[in-house]
Amino acid sequence: MDYQPPPFFSRGPAPLVRLAFFVCLAVLLMVLDARFRYAESLRQVIALLAYPLQRVALAPGELFGATAGFFTTQVSLKQENEQLKAKQLLAANELLTLEALRSENAQLRRLLQARERLPRESTLAEILYQGRDPFSRKVIIDKGRQQGIQPGQAVIDDIGVVGQVTRVYPLLSEVTLITDKEQRTPVQVVRNGLRAILYGGGDRGTLELTYMATNADVLADDVLVTSGIDGIYPPGLPVAKVSRIEQDAAYSFAKITCVPTAGTDQNRQVLVLSQEMNLPAAPVEAESVAGKLPKQKRVKKRE
Amino acid sequence: MSLYDQPQRILLPVKVGYMVLTLVLALLFNLLPWRDLTGLPDMVALVLTFWCVHQPRRIGIGIAWFVGLVMDAGDGALLGQHAFAYAFLAFAAVSLHRRILWFSPWRQAAHVLVLLLASQMLMLAVRIVAGGAFPGLAYFAGTFIAAALWPIASFLLLLPQRRPESVDENRPI
Repeated sequence: MDYQPPPFFSRGPAPLVRLAFFVCLAVLLMVLDARFRYAESLRQVIALLAYPLQRVALAPGELFGATAGFFTTQVSLKQENEQLKAKQLLAANELLTLEALRSENAQLRRLLQARERLPRESTLAEILYQGRDPFSRKVIIDKGRQQGIQPGQAVIDDIGVVGQVTRVYPLLSEVTLITDKEQRTPVQVVRNGLRAILYGGGDRGTLELTYMATNADVLADDVLVTSGIDGIYPPGLPVAKVSRIEQDAAYSFAKITCVPTAGTDQNRQVLVLSQEMNLPAAPVEAESVAGKLPKQKRVKKRE
Repeated sequence: MSLYDQPQRILLPVKVGYMVLTLVLALLFNLLPWRDLTGLPDMVALVLTFWCVHQPRRIGIGIAWFVGLVMDAGDGALLGQHAFAYAFLAFAAVSLHRRILWFSPWRQAAHVLVLLLASQMLMLAVRIVAGGAFPGLAYFAGTFIAAALWPIASFLLLLPQRRPESVDENRPI
């Protein structure tokens, strides 16, 4: 007859076994999240749990903002009003020229039979806070799926591209700034139309123009705008300005550092642009279907 | 100075609701929108370590893992990153709980500093493997502050378990 210790001594599996189990589970989740993006639905469910906490955590800041706004003095309001009036006068002049340029542009496009770009719908959103994760550069905005935000939408401020919506929660969404290490922006040099990909520089708040040949025609102070060939960013939005170029013949690529045009770290109000979905489908699939036959033939020939 | 050098208080049994409340408050602290500041202490890690040291039979690796998952979702970090680090932290705290409680609060804080640093290093390693950039040494500043908060935290968190001092002639203790 085997002797069992009384049940009040039993404490379940050994701590090491438990640790191994939960570490395996965490590693599995991390791999799923980082490599395959399968964990999104699970993240949504857990985010629902964290959401009330987030709202409560935001409440003191909002209350402070509202109170501070209430006590803004009349003098500062008056000053601001005058400044805005002066600004508007300046802007009106440019607006008139813009109108003329726009009609001229439209006519030229029609002449070229270019596909007329649809004016995009946009949503005004406010940045609630910066992401706590110190490894990435992300901000949380106050518009989510219920306001029609979708992942992949471009986010701009009044002077340029800020980033891209990467994750959407019911009432909030997460915007990855263009300066994030994992973020890529397709750009074009305004001066000569050279296309390139802009990489985020991570912690430094800068951007890098990588994989450009050492003799590529890029100069300091060149302005980079979105090329628009990705179908996500509308073409022609200012993204960055080249600040420094290191051309070393020992390397095959030049090291080109840029600074973002938009206030990626300053502004509170941003504009989320709706996605343009009327691009023709990429022809890759058709090719792969057609490419199957010759491939099989080649294999047979080798045999 | 150790456990037997000074008089110890007999504590009341802990209420599970209070443990949950402190964990929720710590989560709330971590989710406050002051993330632009670097060097903020990770309160969730601190409270988890505290309860794992003081109540290893009520809280353990599983709960730490789940709380970590909530942190991941709230932070928008890599899913499982905090879960991984907190599970390890809970394991270390549960295994060391008999040792840690022998020391005075400040020496306990030294133990806790090592545990928190180790879990922070794990998180850093995970993120660098996943392709993140090194966020600078300021990343570790919060850990030192959290460890320095340990004596205060352990006083505050044990407060509901203390009973008022009442001298009774007929009671030996």
